[in-house]
Amino acid sequence: MKKKFKLSNLYLVVIFIILYVPIFYLMFYSFNSGGKMYDFEGFTLDWYKELFQDSRLLIIVLNTIIIALLSAGISTVLGISGAIAIWYVRKVYAKNFLLSLNNVLIVSPDVIIGASFLILFTFVGIKLGFTSVLLSHIAFNVPIVVLMVLPKLQEMGASLIDAARDLGASRWDVLSKVVLPYITPGIFAGFFMALTYSLDDFAVTFFVTGNGFTTLSVEIYSLARRGISLNINALSTLLFVFTLLLVVGYYFITKRNARPIGLGARK
Amino acid sequence: METRSRNLYLIPYVLWIALFVITPILLIVYYSFIDIHGNFSLINYQKFFTPVYLKMTLSSFWYAFLITAFTLIVAYPTAFLLTKTKYKHLWLLLIIVPSWINLLLKAYAFLGIFGTFGFANAMLEVFGIGTKQILFTDFSFIFVSVYIFIPFMILPIFNALDKLNPTFVDASRDLGASGWTTFWKVIVPLTIDGVKSGCQVVFIPALSLFMLTRLIAGNRVITLGTAVEQHFLVTQDWGMGSTIAVFLVIIMAVIMFFTGNRKRGL
Repeated sequence: MKKKFKLSNLYLVVIFIILYVPIFYLMFYSFNSGGKMYDFEGFTLDWYKELFQDSRLLIIVLNTIIIALLSAGISTVLGISGAIAIWYVRKVYAKNFLLSLNNVLIVSPDVIIGASFLILFTFVGIKLGFTSVLLSHIAFNVPIVVLMVLPKLQEMGASLIDAARDLGASRWDVLSKVVLPYITPGIFAGFFMALTYSLDDFAVTFFVTGNGFTTLSVEIYSLARRGISLNINALSTLLFVFTLLLVVGYYFITKRNARPIGLGARK
Repeated sequence: METRSRNLYLIPYVLWIALFVITPILLIVYYSFIDIHGNFSLINYQKFFTPVYLKMTLSSFWYAFLITAFTLIVAYPTAFLLTKTKYKHLWLLLIIVPSWINLLLKAYAFLGIFGTFGFANAMLEVFGIGTKQILFTDFSFIFVSVYIFIPFMILPIFNALDKLNPTFVDASRDLGASGWTTFWKVIVPLTIDGVKSGCQVVFIPALSLFMLTRLIAGNRVITLGTAVEQHFLVTQDWGMGSTIAVFLVIIMAVIMFFTGNRKRGL
């Protein structure tokens, strides 16, 4: 029995190594003065210097962050209103219908979302660029926020609102003093998920980005297609650190709520 | 009064659904009937049922199947062993972290690892096998895809295993079932929903990932997703691209129907 336990630990360790090796491989060679992703010659920070002098890339990073923050913010507002609307709907089939429509964009492959949005923007006449990327990020973030907020609303129960109404609260009071404070953890989780989805997205952005405007993922793709350049390694090291900070932040937010909301639907 | 406030919330949300969920689907369907010259025709559907496209669809399915199968084989034991560890939620978080790293960076890492002078070939050299072409092969495509999808498969299976009441396992053992029988007759049936949703999360994207086929498989593997991207952004034949997209949506709906209806299934 003891030996079996050790074997299982070994399996987990191997999986962890496989999952993390590529990431650390990238980070390790970002310090290589040799300029290639093999034959580590010597330690250098040149690639980081080059990265920070590359004003084009810095603008792209800024674009990516602006898109992520704006789309996460707007989609959070839309998502909250959507979640409350779904929650108010009493008929079961209407509720299920809305929920299935909500889930369409979550389960659709990115290529389809990207292609159909490309058609949509061309059809409506929106120029491809900042606006189209922002709109599509908002669009695919809304259902995620809805799914994060809805369980909190269902947890709340209708009697709380009835009580507030009976005690003379206006509609606005009910929203701002009862509903929103109760669902705040869900709102934070939704905003956070939207942020990471937006930062991570490649395929949808790739379709609707046009010529002038680029986000980080699209830029990495076009750089990687040209071959290996250690700038990308340096960039990925910084991104990894940033992601870790986000994860730690997310972990503490969910920890404070005593149960992990984002990590699967745990009841 | 309640209806009025409900409608107030409903309006922006329904507008969003109409604009970004329903309209795009209708547009895709509409464009699938438009040929490359902008006329209404069924030529795209005719083209889809020629051997070229059918073969591509089949091979796309085959790759997606292989990717899903390998991911499941790796992920199930991992999820199972994770639930047995002491700080399981911390370990789970550590498994999830790599999935939050940009997918393209992970693919890019494998360009280095599988390259001619990369880590993998250096290892092969050490074991005396010698340098091999690893990048731009089926193996590298499937390996990298499985690598990327593992966390997404582990998550739902972990949740299912975590919810499993351990007394069932104890009861099964007390009643004389072997560890193997307990696993196949008790644990697997009770966690099959997690497996189903895991397969769903992996299979559908595996049909449609195009950046991996471009970067890792060097255009050798053409999936349905690659074909859609090709038609939309390279050859500018939106009609044909939409037709393939329509079929992808149909396939997706079928898969969802078979793996998704948990409540009715039980």
